[in-house]
Amino acid sequence: MPYWDKEKECMPREELEKLQLRRLKETVYRVYSFVPTYKEKMDKAGIKPDDIRSLEDINYLPFTTKQDLRDNYPFKLFAVPMSEVVRIQSSSGTTGKPTVGGYTKRDIEVWAEVMARSLVSAGASRNSVVHVSYGYGLFTGGLGAHYGAERIGASVIPASGGNTKRQIMLMQDYGSTHLACTPSYALFMYEVAQEMGIKPSDLKLRAGIFGAEPCSENMRRDIENKLEIDAYDIYGLTEIIGPGVAIECAYKKGLHIAEDHFIAEIIDPESLEVLEEGNQGELVVTTITKEAMPLIRYRTRDLTRLDKNACECGRTHVRMQKILGRSDDMIIIRGVNVFPSMVESVLLNIPGVEPHYLLVVDRQGTLDQLEIQVEVSEKIFSDEIKKLESLGALIKKELESSLGIAVKVRLVEPRSIPRSEGKAQRVIDKRKI
Amino acid sequence: MAKQISVFLENKAGRLSHVTRVLGDSGINIRALSIADTSDFGILRLIVNDPNEAYRILKEAGFTVSETDVIAVQVPDSPGGLATVLEQMAEENINIEYLYAFIGTSEKDALVIFKVEDFEKARETFIKKGIKFIDEHKLYQM
Repeated sequence: MPYWDKEKECMPREELEKLQLRRLKETVYRVYSFVPTYKEKMDKAGIKPDDIRSLEDINYLPFTTKQDLRDNYPFKLFAVPMSEVVRIQSSSGTTGKPTVGGYTKRDIEVWAEVMARSLVSAGASRNSVVHVSYGYGLFTGGLGAHYGAERIGASVIPASGGNTKRQIMLMQDYGSTHLACTPSYALFMYEVAQEMGIKPSDLKLRAGIFGAEPCSENMRRDIENKLEIDAYDIYGLTEIIGPGVAIECAYKKGLHIAEDHFIAEIIDPESLEVLEEGNQGELVVTTITKEAMPLIRYRTRDLTRLDKNACECGRTHVRMQKILGRSDDMIIIRGVNVFPSMVESVLLNIPGVEPHYLLVVDRQGTLDQLEIQVEVSEKIFSDEIKKLESLGALIKKELESSLGIAVKVRLVEPRSIPRSEGKAQRVIDKRKI
Repeated sequence: MAKQISVFLENKAGRLSHVTRVLGDSGINIRALSIADTSDFGILRLIVNDPNEAYRILKEAGFTVSETDVIAVQVPDSPGGLATVLEQMAEENINIEYLYAFIGTSEKDALVIFKVEDFEKARETFIKKGIKFIDEHKLYQM
């Protein structure tokens, strides 16, 4: 089993927790001293940095939320002077202002390090050719994968997003072995490759590191079967550091969180109580090595569960289950929570149905309506109305039994649902427009 | 026996004009058509002068297309002509999925395009009953 940093990745838990506590204490001291917002919050909660004596004491610390990021936009959560900040990344915020990530020189090093671990975990090495189709720029995907791949000595193809035909030509010509992009873009690449008459066997691609959007187990299988590769799920958030916070290993039973840099907790998003290991809830992350913008108990809005049991791969770092969904992506229809990932799982279990779908929510009178648009591929197309109608009825029945609400299924023409090179848009909520 | 081109179309303004324009611009002549529709989508069924080329062009233009085997049957162009043919088919339990009329005529007979459940059985029945049907190449050139 290859590791990038065996000493850290396979550190006995007792030792790891000691390291976490030391780093947590340092971080708390720093934010209390240098970030007025944290001092205010801690004072209000009656907590002093010295009160943190064990890892469990993290419980006393107040949460940091998306709203705190907005209130302190752009740089008020920085714990170092701007002269120490060497990079700003940001992601598109859903409510106007972007979410900011600040990095010192050392933060960039840490980021490259966790991305290097991630790539090695996905089977890459200095002999690999890593094709990066994440956008380069403010988005953390491109530069994150880039620095990690360079760190392990792989050959990086910084393709960035766009011009998919050309990307596939380059992958073929340069013999790319690893692909880093969003899962939906990987499937789009497959479609385009097919149109170009390029088969997976014409490429040297062996594995992909897919992130920036939730990817259900069925979607993973779909990608693996179509592209004939191993697909690894990677997790990260701009405000935490970017991709590399957690990565799957060869056993694909959850994503190992880089615990020497991050402390993970699961809370009930309603009561804010910390949940016992194994329960599903909102992931809360505390950064313990970040210098520029440390985050204390940051509420990610991502729903998952944690598993501290030893993994067959030998890594000791806790595993988080694949993200079920971001609570921001969750839509509530007639009181029922619906995640796009649930729809995806259902669709991919129906033979011939492609994972190109869109949830459209509308309100008719006082009643919320959920319409699910599904593209009709050649595999499921028929010249007979009754066959298409019974396909629509089957999709409707499967969705309704899985979601527990009535839905309308609309069959749409191929390519009528926009393809994205970054994060796929899965939901249009007309109730908000 | 002939090749029909079937195209999936959303029930939206401009979709039909788009598909016919794509065909027209490529010199494809439409010889017969029918549209089956629901509130959300429709299926356009076409007999054209060059089905292979039409299939290629439409696929390239991003449509979901398929080729379907159909039979072009000569039906006497007089009252009761179609009824007689349909009765003869019913006697042999030939299930018809759908049918539509062709624009041209053959030997003064009307032409009707049939999609049947069991293609071979229909063929045998037509031969047995003396119902005339048209060779595909002849049909495309009419």
